Amino acid sequence: MIMESIEQYGLSRRQVLILGGTTAAATAILGLTSVGVGASPRQAKKRLAELTKGAVLRKGRIKIDLPALTQDGRRTRIRVSVDSPMSENDYVKALHILAERNTVPEVGTYRFSPFSGVAEITTRIRVAKSQTIIAAAEMSDGTVFYAKARCKVARGAGGCG
Amino acid sequence: MKPNTPRVRMKSSAKLGEIIGIKTKIRHPMETGWRRGGDGKKVPRNRITKFICSFEGNEVFSADFASGVAADPYLLFHAKVTGPGLYTFRWEADGGKIYTTSVPLHVPIA
Repeated sequence: MIMESIEQYGLSRRQVLILGGTTAAATAILGLTSVGVGASPRQAKKRLAELTKGAVLRKGRIKIDLPALTQDGRRTRIRVSVDSPMSENDYVKALHILAERNTVPEVGTYRFSPFSGVAEITTRIRVAKSQTIIAAAEMSDGTVFYAKARCKVARGAGGCG
Repeated sequence: MKPNTPRVRMKSSAKLGEIIGIKTKIRHPMETGWRRGGDGKKVPRNRITKFICSFEGNEVFSADFASGVAADPYLLFHAKVTGPGLYTFRWEADGGKIYTTSVPLHVPIA
């Protein structure tokens, strides 16, 4: 019945099948890119490069304190400390935190001054799913250091970041 | 809706040169604008985007919050005591809303 009515529009059986196949493929692609699917580590890396204005990223000087497994991704405690004398000439200007697989990787940017004393913050972040959290520190002399930490999210406990 | 009361916990008096911890928290839903409510409609974005702590007019610490900051943003940071004075805290939210509070710090004469 359906085939007959379609054939009235000048489409052959084969054309209809091809059309059906492409529509299914298109829906599958659209489904993958719909809202609710997180960013990728590549997108996070790109965003980090934008934030640090393309500076060379060096490993070290940062300590991330993050639970290896969180039962509540909506608010996961994180402590990030940067090894710096925090003097007038040598201090941490900014600290960026990114979550690679959150809907938007950016978590926050924390700006310090020599009046901060120590470059350390403790806060609560959203962790949408098991992923790597990146912290990058911009020093007053322009160098950028980074560190990574893994955080697993218990089944069904993802935050909506 | 409950009021967005800002809370700050820190020492009331400290020695010169001491590094003090400052705990801040404000009640806020931090809506990303992506979530759908019970009625199936998207909940409008309502986020705190900026936090600034200053001491006697000089900025000590500030933060830009993106979508990854949990609701009721809690933050612990530090400040070096340069003298007695007033610490002011300011949160800027979507829609131009601003929440402020201030805490005085005493420095006893040694």
